[in-house]
Amino acid sequence: MLSKKVRPRIVILTFLLMLAIAVVYGVLKSLEENVVYFFSPTELYNKEDIPFNKKIRVGGLVKEGSITNDQTSVNFVVTDLNNEIIVSYKGSLPNLFSEGKGVVAEGKLKDKKYFIADKILAKHDENYMPPEVSKILKKTKE
Amino acid sequence: MFKNFFPNKILSFSNKLFSYLIVLMLLFVFVGLIYALFLSPPDFTQGDSVRIMYVHVPASFIALGCFGFMGIASICALIFKIKILPLMAKSLAPVGCLFALVSIVTGSLWGKPTWGTWWVWDARLTSMLILFIFYIAYISVWKFVDNYEKANRVSSIIAIIGSLNLPVIKYSVDWWNTLHQTSSITLTSAPTIHYTMLIPLIIMLIGTILYTLIVFLMRYKTEIMKFKLDKKNKGN
Repeated sequence: MLSKKVRPRIVILTFLLMLAIAVVYGVLKSLEENVVYFFSPTELYNKEDIPFNKKIRVGGLVKEGSITNDQTSVNFVVTDLNNEIIVSYKGSLPNLFSEGKGVVAEGKLKDKKYFIADKILAKHDENYMPPEVSKILKKTKE
Repeated sequence: MFKNFFPNKILSFSNKLFSYLIVLMLLFVFVGLIYALFLSPPDFTQGDSVRIMYVHVPASFIALGCFGFMGIASICALIFKIKILPLMAKSLAPVGCLFALVSIVTGSLWGKPTWGTWWVWDARLTSMLILFIFYIAYISVWKFVDNYEKANRVSSIIAIIGSLNLPVIKYSVDWWNTLHQTSSITLTSAPTIHYTMLIPLIIMLIGTILYTLIVFLMRYKTEIMKFKLDKKNKGN
């Protein structure tokens, strides 16, 4: 059915496509460190070469009941439900920042369990619902 | 069905059918916007900024969908040398490009009140920007390369290479940690978006698809006429 002209074109194009996919895969794999926008506390915990002097981002959930304010800064715990890390931050927080919600903190590690942030972003999850539904859900949980 | 896209059929594609499509599209967009902006509830954390989603999600869908079609059309065009396929891809590019821009801009407007930033270089946002750049490159080649055969070949390659970016955009939120949330609507599990928000989203999506179809058909018709005219001029 395929004419003699078409068959080599398919072969060449398939080959080139495979090559291109391999190149894209290789580039993304080697850039993984940069493609990942933030580390979870567990990923940070298991990391061998911990970058203490480099700016990094850590993300997870703000642990319930962990937010404490003192005069100059706010402290809270970021958890991924396996490991956690204390984050200290000076500055204004985004409106959606709250306990139990996602957060990404940008800054530097002081040690493995203590992170000094200079920027806080709220991370929104994929759940969309009206306030009434969320209230009912919370009630049934309790 | 495919037969309807053949040159002679498309030229006889009546203006009446166009008006039906336009009325249908306006109906969907009108009802969708009323539903999305006034009748649907605010979100429990985002408040009213959730309403940006009703434009953002359909725009992103079209931006990816159009480029996907362009990629497939370009592969088939290179293999089988079917003359109408590049014209189809060419006609899809501007509307896809527009919606890629709409997706980025509305996303940015949503990001500021929600995340606390207009823009971050996470995998989803960056790959979407790359798609927009591919659109610009594709359109520019058709615009600035005079030789038809050359423009056709180069733009096809751009469309094919750019298509490799599409699964990266789609799955970026699953493959890597990103600031952008994962999909609320998937084929495998129940949507994590309440039905009072899902219905207006689907209406807006249908409206956007109709709009894209209309713009595509108009452009496609023009492209075929231009192509035929060129051929005629060359013949003389």
